[in-house]
Amino acid sequence: MSAREAILGKVRKALDASGNAGRLDNVWDRLMEAPAGIIPTRAQLDPEARVELFCRMATQAAATVARVAGEEVVPAAVTAYLRARNLPAKVRMGGDRRLKAMPWVNERTLQVRHGPSDGDDEASVSHAAAAIAETGTLALFSGKDNPTTLNFLPDHHIVVVDAADIGGDLESVMRLARARYGKGEMPRTLNFITGPSRSGDIEQKLLLGAHGPRALHIIVVDG
Amino acid sequence: MLITSPAFKQNAHEALADAQLQKAMGHVRSGFIDKRSHAVEALPEFDALRDSARAIKDHTLANLDLYLTAYEEKVLAAGGKVHWAETAAEARGIVLDICRMHDAKTVAKGKSMITEEIELNDFLEASGIRPVETDLGEYIIQLRGEHPSHIIAPAVHLNKEQVEADFRRVHTDLPPERDLSDPASLLGEARRVLRQKYFEADIGITGANFLVAETGSSIIVTNEGNGDLSQILPRVHVVIASIEKVVPTLEDAAQILRVLARSATGQEMSVYTTVSTGPRRPNDPDGPDEYHVILLDNGRSSMLGTEFQEMLRCIRCGACMNHCPVYHAVGGHAYGWVYPGPMGAVLTPSLIGVDKAGHLPNASTFCGRCESVCPMKIPLPKMMRHWREREWERGLNPTAARTGLKFWAWFARRPALYHLATWLAFPLLAVAGGRKRRFGFLPLAGGWVRHRDMPAPQGRTFMQQWRDRDALKQGSPL
Repeated sequence: MSAREAILGKVRKALDASGNAGRLDNVWDRLMEAPAGIIPTRAQLDPEARVELFCRMATQAAATVARVAGEEVVPAAVTAYLRARNLPAKVRMGGDRRLKAMPWVNERTLQVRHGPSDGDDEASVSHAAAAIAETGTLALFSGKDNPTTLNFLPDHHIVVVDAADIGGDLESVMRLARARYGKGEMPRTLNFITGPSRSGDIEQKLLLGAHGPRALHIIVVDG
Repeated sequence: MLITSPAFKQNAHEALADAQLQKAMGHVRSGFIDKRSHAVEALPEFDALRDSARAIKDHTLANLDLYLTAYEEKVLAAGGKVHWAETAAEARGIVLDICRMHDAKTVAKGKSMITEEIELNDFLEASGIRPVETDLGEYIIQLRGEHPSHIIAPAVHLNKEQVEADFRRVHTDLPPERDLSDPASLLGEARRVLRQKYFEADIGITGANFLVAETGSSIIVTNEGNGDLSQILPRVHVVIASIEKVVPTLEDAAQILRVLARSATGQEMSVYTTVSTGPRRPNDPDGPDEYHVILLDNGRSSMLGTEFQEMLRCIRCGACMNHCPVYHAVGGHAYGWVYPGPMGAVLTPSLIGVDKAGHLPNASTFCGRCESVCPMKIPLPKMMRHWREREWERGLNPTAARTGLKFWAWFARRPALYHLATWLAFPLLAVAGGRKRRFGFLPLAGGWVRHRDMPAPQGRTFMQQWRDRDALKQGSPL
């Protein structure tokens, strides 16, 4: 008998699962309907209040946040961030079409490289698929134009998110994933990111910049 | 790993006399408890979410066979592989096969208690493969040849001076005069050393906080980002998870996520919650080429349908040990196996046997704090009591304890005799207590009076007072 059959056999025996036909229907219904449970009221707000809550919660998680008027000023906001921190005017990004549509050529001093990170990039730029006001969390799907290495290897991770894509709760991202990839389907990686990397492993003292980015900068795009 | 749970009493003695440990345990008492309570206060729905989370796990456990097969089907459809392991040895064998298939020399590891349970590191090393722990706490204890003393803060028993000494001992290629007095400099050094290891590793191994049946995804919840680097840089990602980690849907995972981080570290949400499904897709620019899941039983199925089934709801947040006065006093290593604190006191006898771990469910004052903070509302004290009963039924308690209990039971079942004896003994003991009204010496209770005095009885017995109270109630005009 295979380990699979042995384990499932023990489970069925322990649950006394024979002859209970209703179980399969219950399980199937739950998988199909994916009922939501308790949704905290904290983030059930109108869109503008939701964006404000997102900014507040992300800041509380030690991210920095800038709100800009439109996508045409995002490259300037990236340059300003790098300059304010005395970082080289260089970023790495994927081929995300929303990022591609922005006027990077206007930033004459900024060097933009494309593709996944090799570990030598100081700063990267990603576009989040969505964000969650409840906890100040970003949601990033991996894919052809969105390398996951950009979220973890550079010291500074700059994430652009449209104000209109900021939902109230985790469940709004689950709905987006279903709409985009199909029921029960997912991209290889969905990263929920809440603030920069940290560790409390030495004497419970919280320190930023463990293995992932030391700094997380969020650019919220209105309009 | 040498199981030292049978020597719990000796371990506890040594732990209480260990000045370094006692200093380090102060951080647990001051750190975790306040952070959790602030996070809980900030979310009015917290208690309702606990009930929701409990109901999800109860439903999943009652249909575990169906959810496991549904999950397996989705992993396969996403291009992943599923391996089933009944025992620790089978799981180790599967990991080794995957390593051999890829001619792996180095394995990068995210934090995983299951790999501690199956003693994967020792096994890989004996097979000529180098496991590198990448979580800061796990990295530190790997350098020291130790095991975690806490399920989410593995190096909580150490002080920064000890970590500094270990880094100086092991990182010999770095300048000896460097300043490592600040925890930030220790973190920076570990970050630089480990960066290279992710790129060198042929295989990345992580655990899982959840397996999602709806999508075939595994979810890890971390703060450092090491679990992510361990799974996106090597060519192969291996997930090792025990069978009770499965939940039905993404929505169900979201419910439990809301209580997990708050109970563990007091965060609203951990920094990285990562949902991984299968290997990289044809056009993906990065990510692993292969994705394997090892589903481990190792005793879980034997807990189903018993009075210990509810323990399978545990999400390994560590809140029970963070709030446990016994854990605070002796630390995690005294428990003598992988899982310490109240959750360990219930789980360890299930997994290695009550004959070896019988001391653990006895090392509790039943103060009930563990159950009151458990996000999954697991009745930990009740289950410790079940283990004490099993221990008694199997005759595993020491002879002196059994004889004493039998004598007391005989006495307690004869109320008239019991009352007469206490009525006679009370005034005698009160006199024997002397002017100080307490005893510094008692026959058969040397262990108890070694550290404190026993107060001598004063006034009337409890039963006498109870009768008076009843009489007063009945006679009262109200």
